[in-house]
Formats: sequence, structure tokens, C-alpha cells
Amino acid sequence: MSDLTKLTLKAALEGLKAKAFSSREITAAHIAAIEAARPLNAFVLETPDQALAMADAADARLAAGQGGPLEGAPLGIKDLFCTQGVRTTACSRILGDFKPTYESTVTSQLWRDGAVMLGKLNMDEFAMGSSNESSAFGPVTNPWRSRGSNQPLTPGGSSGGSATAVAADLCLGATATDTGGSIRQPAAFTGTVGIKPTYGRCSRWGIVAFASSLDQAGPIAKTVEDAAILLRSMSGHDAKDSTSLAVDTPDFPAYVGRSVKGLRIGVPREYRADGMPAEIDALWEQGVAWLRDAGCEIVEVSLPHTKYALPAYYIIAPAEASSNLARYDGMRYGLRAADARSLTDVYEATRAEGFGEEVKRRILIGTYVLSHGYYDAYYLKAQKVRRRIADDFDTAFQRVDALLTPTAPSAAFGLGENAADPVAMYLNDIFTVTVNLAGLPGLSLPAGLDAQGLPLGLQLIGRPLDEGTLFSLGGALEQAAGFSAKAERWW
Amino acid sequence: MAIDAATVKKVASLARIREPDDRLDALAAELSGILQWIEQLAQVDTDGVEPMTSVVAQALPWREDVVTEGGDADKVLANAPRSERGFFIVPKVVE
Repeated sequence: MSDLTKLTLKAALEGLKAKAFSSREITAAHIAAIEAARPLNAFVLETPDQALAMADAADARLAAGQGGPLEGAPLGIKDLFCTQGVRTTACSRILGDFKPTYESTVTSQLWRDGAVMLGKLNMDEFAMGSSNESSAFGPVTNPWRSRGSNQPLTPGGSSGGSATAVAADLCLGATATDTGGSIRQPAAFTGTVGIKPTYGRCSRWGIVAFASSLDQAGPIAKTVEDAAILLRSMSGHDAKDSTSLAVDTPDFPAYVGRSVKGLRIGVPREYRADGMPAEIDALWEQGVAWLRDAGCEIVEVSLPHTKYALPAYYIIAPAEASSNLARYDGMRYGLRAADARSLTDVYEATRAEGFGEEVKRRILIGTYVLSHGYYDAYYLKAQKVRRRIADDFDTAFQRVDALLTPTAPSAAFGLGENAADPVAMYLNDIFTVTVNLAGLPGLSLPAGLDAQGLPLGLQLIGRPLDEGTLFSLGGALEQAAGFSAKAERWW
Repeated sequence: MAIDAATVKKVASLARIREPDDRLDALAAELSGILQWIEQLAQVDTDGVEPMTSVVAQALPWREDVVTEGGDADKVLANAPRSERGFFIVPKVVE
């Protein structure tokens, strides 16, 4: 495989600017890599013709000295982002052959900055899942395998395709979204870097909605600096998203490499979960030691409502999903059931046929908790617990600048392993959902390998709008960890 | 709280998702499992706590009441399962 696919985004951008190679060359190299990697099932739609056309346009701009911050860089786009004229499905059957007539704000900013689109990436249906096993296009296979085993592993979810594509060098970076951990957990499972920014940092306009008070777009990339470069392009106030924050976008890449001396790092005691694997605990201790060596002050903190975050999330997210997914009714776009006659029949049959089991499960839970007689006991209660969780973080941030935790309670698990029990699957998000509930930024980076040779991630959680500190700390941890392992190519 | 097949049928109807009768018991068991797990929220003292409806501490922004886009029926109808002469064709709504 071409060396061009092994480059980081940063190195590729420098090479393109210095004319060491063209965008057409590096894009073609990635197109070939994608074709060879079809067994991974990371891409649900490849767009090679469009990619080469965009690459040629980028080459013209580079030749004229007019390149933007991402000029000529080939990226993958999670299939939750509406891409004009290019099929967008949220990996569900219910959207059918939907081709948006508009471009999401986030992707339009990537194209504005000169990036190239390689295709749309696989994901759990409607972003509901932690293993990419609920996709209408079939599961994604993690490029990583346990030492001495051929067993296919999950890349995590919902952004399993994004994480896999980055880990397998099929793109220089990818867009993803995170509602309960869907950027951070797959990043941890695949040895890549992922950041969910502060709620409101990136526009949600044109991103298929799952849970509107929790969804956030963010990048998955090969390095902390690459993630910072992508996030800078993805961020920004958007008048079309009323939850988008009217704040300037800091120069995120400038924070990577800054000294972290004197920063206070909180270690939340409640994240030491029962039955947590010793290896993950050890890695967490190692992360603490690395930051201490870098000059940080380590402070034990308490987030007392941590254990209620998952159940609160599994009321709020399904409730919001039941509302957001009501629009899929077979009338204006997507699938319409063929045999149904009356209006109600069409609704019921279309949605039964078009939605997968996990999506249906969550819509039903959401509908139930919002229904008459249950709203107070469930939804209102969950929103009050949410405030408690957010207050816990506020209190902690009076004494610390960031928190360090593991990202996931295990390494990547086998496909099909959690099929029987939905709650077992939900427990994957135990370290990540608190961050979505509180609207805070959270970054995951690879910090080590477990005994099976599988990557493990550490998570940094920051104050609202303080992604900069996360990039500085992430950079310091990345340097200390020296994680350079790549998945051994078996495809 | 456990829910039964009849409740599942009612909720499915509210959600406009057809669930075959032979699925209702299995679904009731699955959903009950999830709801029972969720029940632990009752342990949290939330007296006097304001529900958190949004993580964004800002009032809904207002904009000028002017038309900024629209008028392109072809775009709106582009993905319609059935359309004709500028209309969506849908099943009869009024009986």
C-alpha cells in the first residue's frame, strides 16, 4: 500500500502545500486502499469520481497558492451527515435512497477549507449503538484483532466506520458524532483519537438528529494534532442551529504541544467501576503518572451522581429520539411500505419495515416515558438527575482544570458478544455518557495495549468551551504514551 | 416497573410502529428489563432541583422575520416516494 495513506493529516497537508505530491495522487492512493479494505465494511458508499474531481479542484487552488486549511486532504464522512446529492442513510433502511438537496453545515465547512470526500462511513443505525452491529449495511469489523486470533471484533459505535477507516489508513481523518460516547468509545477501541466538543461548538444543522440535547459532531483522527486541525474546520456558530454557540473558534492546533505544567487534573473516584479490568485501572494510573511527570497537580474528586448517568441517558435519549424519528413516516422521503392502504397502515408498516430492532426498542421506550402518567416519573426525573450530574462537574471544575478517566470499560469485544442483552451493550457507555449529559468536551486518545494486544484509551474531560486545554493535555499524554502501534493488516 | 403485552401494543400504536402480536410478549420482557434498570433513578434526591432542559445556557435566539429561502418545489419533492404536479401523493387522510 502506498506510503501516502500512512501519513498523518498534518504531514499530508504539509506535503500537499510543498507539492511533494498532488491531491489527486494521495486521493487515488486512498481510493485504492478503500477498495482493498472492503472486508472491513467501513464505507457504505464510496465516491471515487467525486473525490478525484474535488482533488483536481484542490490541486488547482494549491497551484495558485490559494489553499485552505484542509486543502486536498481526503476524508471520510459518517453517513449521518447530509451530503448534497450524495446518498445519506443514517445506516437505516427507512431513508431508502435519500439524496439530500442540501449540505450539512459541518461538511460544507470541510469543503470550504479544501477537503476531499472519499465516501460515507458505516455506523449504528441512527447513531444508536456502541458496536456498529445495528447498521442496515451490516457490521464493521475492527482492523485490530486479538493476538493469535481471527475472531472479528467490533470497532465500537456508533461511529464504527469512521474509527475503522482512520485506524486502517483509509482516510486522513473522518467526521463522526457523539451522543453518549459514539466518537470516544470507537476511538478507544481502534487506537485512534476522537473528540466530542462542547455542546454547541459544532452546528447540528444537516446532521440527522438522534437526541437533540446530546448530539455533537466531532472528528476521529490519527493524532491529537490531526483532531485539532479537523475540529477547527468543523466548528463555528451557525444561525441555522439555534443551539449553536455564538463564540469564536480558537486555533485548536496551537494548543497541542503547549506546556501543561501547573494544570490541576481531577481523578473522579466513582469512575473506578466494580469489575473494571485491572489492565484499564493500571493504564489509568499510568496516565495519572504521565501527567504528574508533565508537571500537573493530581486531585482526587468526587462526582457522586456518576452511576445514575446511564439510566438518565436511557430515558432522555430515547425520549428525544422518539420525537426526532417521528418524521420518518413514508410521506415525504425514504421508504414507503408497498402493501399498506390507509394512512395509519402506511405509517405503521413503513416504520416497522424501515427501522431496525434497536431503533424500535428505543422509540418504544421513549414513547412510553413521555406518555401520559409516566412523564413526571421518568422524563422529568431524568432531567432533574441530569442537572445533578452537571452540577457535580461544576463543583469539580472549581478545583481542577480537567478530569482524567478511562474511556471504555473494556477493549474491543467480539461481534455478536452483547447481542442477547441490550443493557449489557448500554454499559459500554458508562464512562462517556456523563460528558454528553453535562454538555462538556471530552477527548479520547490511545494510551496502551492490553494483554491481547488491543488498544485502550484514556479520556480527558474539560470545562465548557475549553477544548484547548484538552488538546494540550492530550498532546502531553500522547507524547508520554508513545503509542505507535497499528493494526496488523489482515485484509 | 414491568410492562405487559397490552401496554406494548398501546405504545407501539402511539409510535406508529406495527408490532406483530407474537412479538408483544418478548418485547414486553425486553422493555421491562430496560425500565427496571432505569428505575434506580428514583433513589436520587431531586427535591427542589430544576429539570435541565438544555445544556446551552442561553435564551433561544431570534432572527429577523424575513424570507431567506424557499420557493423551490422541485428540491422539496426530490426524494418523495410519490409526487405529481408539485404535490406529495399520500394515502387518503380524511375518511
